[in-house]
Formats: sequence, structure tokens, C-alpha cells
Amino acid sequence: MDTVHARFKEKIGEVLLPGDVFSFRIPESGGDCIIKTEKIICGPGLRRNGEEVQVCKSGILRHKQPNLYWIDSQQRRYVPAKGESVIGIVTTKSGDIFKVDVGGSEQASLSYLAFEGATKRNRPNVQVGDLVYSQFTIANKDMEPELVCIDSCGRANGMGVFGADGLLFKVSLGLVRRLLAPQSEIVKDLEKIFPFEMVVGMNGRVWVKAKTVQQTLIVANLLETCENMTSQQRQTLFRRVAEGSL
Amino acid sequence: MANDGAAKLSKNLLRMKFMQRGLDADARKQLDEEEKRIISDDHWFLDLPELKAKENHIIEERSYVPCEDLVYGRMSFRGFNPDVEKLMLLMNTHKEEEEDEDEDDTVSRMETDITDEEMARRYESLVGSMRKKFATKRDRAAIAKKEEDINCNVVENQPKRAFMKPQD
Repeated sequence: MDTVHARFKEKIGEVLLPGDVFSFRIPESGGDCIIKTEKIICGPGLRRNGEEVQVCKSGILRHKQPNLYWIDSQQRRYVPAKGESVIGIVTTKSGDIFKVDVGGSEQASLSYLAFEGATKRNRPNVQVGDLVYSQFTIANKDMEPELVCIDSCGRANGMGVFGADGLLFKVSLGLVRRLLAPQSEIVKDLEKIFPFEMVVGMNGRVWVKAKTVQQTLIVANLLETCENMTSQQRQTLFRRVAEGSL
Repeated sequence: MANDGAAKLSKNLLRMKFMQRGLDADARKQLDEEEKRIISDDHWFLDLPELKAKENHIIEERSYVPCEDLVYGRMSFRGFNPDVEKLMLLMNTHKEEEEDEDEDDTVSRMETDITDEEMARRYESLVGSMRKKFATKRDRAAIAKKEEDINCNVVENQPKRAFMKPQD
């Protein structure tokens, strides 16, 4: 439907506010011509309301081929979504499940069987206060969120308990998305300073580990400050740090 | 016992098997129809107009991951954690392969645990060991002699010892 896409296209790159509506009524035809209707995928920030699409977050409208639209916005509070990988902190162990704090409105539950190679006799070695990197299987507003540390084939793929040392800190969700972008400049600049390891959770939590405590703290500080910098300022800062640390 | 007329008997009694043996076909048909009517009256049904499920053209997607093609969350740089670096390659090439498939429609190779060369090498030795297992004593001796030859000179086998008919 060309009209549908046209209405979206004229607003790509513009700032939209909650309450803006994109409506398209499918015209009643005489039954002779067949209307080919295409699907439209509304990403985060857009909601379906009957035949209309409403904006529910303020931000810039983005587009991805062929038919995906979403709102690019800033926030610090995480809302669990299915399929996202997050860093959680184990708070309690009760019977068969662990309660994990993911920074949302509710604690998520993680079953002890959802680890690679876990059986009823062979329980995973998870203690209260451990960091787990896991994915959501259930995450909607009506139910308690559930996490798993294996994928659909039963392999761990790097998920599970991690982080014997290192530092965990919180950043905004926008920075997380910038770090995880395919050709992220921040990551490329950070690489040049010194070797380190990083785990980024979609809930705004980042865990960093480097060879010494000082290096770890430097990386953590750099990540927290480069949120509000332009790329130029960031590059000068990184260069100064690299020269200073060498 | 007074002989009451058949009209005084109840309907349920008349429906019983031993009473129906004496009936004609017509009377039986009538009874059957009455039964069916009673049963269909008892069945419940919805008295609603036909509703068609509306086809949804708008799909909601709650996560940012497919929107911006975010990469795998665990990262390691400059060899700090080699396991994580291997994982990074694995997970990110998975994603690239999916994209390429959509674009080029090429057949992607399946992930194998061992390479093709290793597989070929293993089958080479497997064929030899299976042959040895089912060979007779004479063949086994011949194979052992062949393998002992250091220079691997190919010597023609002597013809198999079969029964030779006397010429005379």
C-alpha cells in the first residue's frame, strides 16, 4: 500500500510526540480489484490502535528496509522485552528457581534447569549475588518475566554466570545501543587504549574487566562520560588517556 | 393379570429392544425419528452471526535488537579473553550469514564439528580397517606383507589359489 508507506516516509527523521497518529483506512472497493496489503512492523515507541498506529514515546522516527519503523528515544529505565540479553544479579534462591534483579519493575525468575548441562541431580553453581548474562523468554506487562541461559538448541552461547572480578555499572539505554551497534565508533576507539573484556546488557548494565584495577576504573569512567560528548571530544579524550597510560 | 392394551405401556418401555422385535419397519422408523428430534433439541448451539477474523497488517515489535541490528553483548579486545573472542566471531558471523542468505539466496554451509579434510582422512583409514576385518586369513597375510614394504613398491598379487583341474 503506497499510501501507508508514504505517510510514514514523510516523517522519517522528524521529531514526533506521544499522541501523533498515523491512520490509514483501507478503502471499501467494489470487490473486483484485489488490494495487496503489505505488513508494517511497528518497533518500540509505536503502538497499534485498531487500524491506526499511535506514537507513544517522544523521539525521532527511524526506518529500516523493507517495512520496519520505530522511534529513537532516550531513557534510563529498562522495560523487559522478549529476546533481549540482559545482565541480572541473583537476589534469592528459592526451591527450583532463582530470583534475578534486571532493573525492571519486577524481579525475573530463572529456573535452575535453564543452564547448559543442568539436570535435576546436577545443579548449576549459582550463588546469591552472582552476575548472570541471560535472555528473556517471557516478558510482557501481564506476567512475571522469565529468563533462560540457554538457546533453543540447548547451548549456552556465552550465557550464564560470569564475572569473577571486574566492575558493574549502569548507563543509559541509548549508550547501550550505541555500544552494540554494528560498527560502533566508541568500541573501536576503546579498543586502541588497552586490552579488556566487556559485557553489555540491554538493561543498561555494563560489566568491564581489565588487567589492573586502575585500568578497569579508567574504562568505566570513559564509558560513563562519553555519553554526552560529541565524537570529536570523545576522540581527544581517548587520545589523552592513551598517551597518559602508556 | 389383566391384559392391558399396548397403548397403556410407556414410551421408554416401547423403545426397549425386546419390544421392538415385534414391530414393523414403519413403527420402528417413527420411533427413531422421534428420538432424533429429542436429541437435536437438546443440543446447544451459538446463535451468532458469522464473524471473520480480521487480518492484521500491523505487527508490533517490542525489542530494539532487530531494529538496529545490535551485535552480541559479550566482547573482548586484544586477546584478553580468547573464549569470548571466539564466541564473538561465531555469533556475529551467524548474523551475517543470515543477512547474506536473504540477499544472495546462496546455500550456506552447515556448521560442522570436524572439517571435511579430517572426515576424508578418517574414512580412508576406516575403509582399510573394515577390509581387514572381513578378510580371510590368506588375505590378511597378503595385506600385512604389503604394508611391511618400506618403499611401498607395488608388487603384483599372485593369482588366488583355486582348484586347478588336472590337464590329463
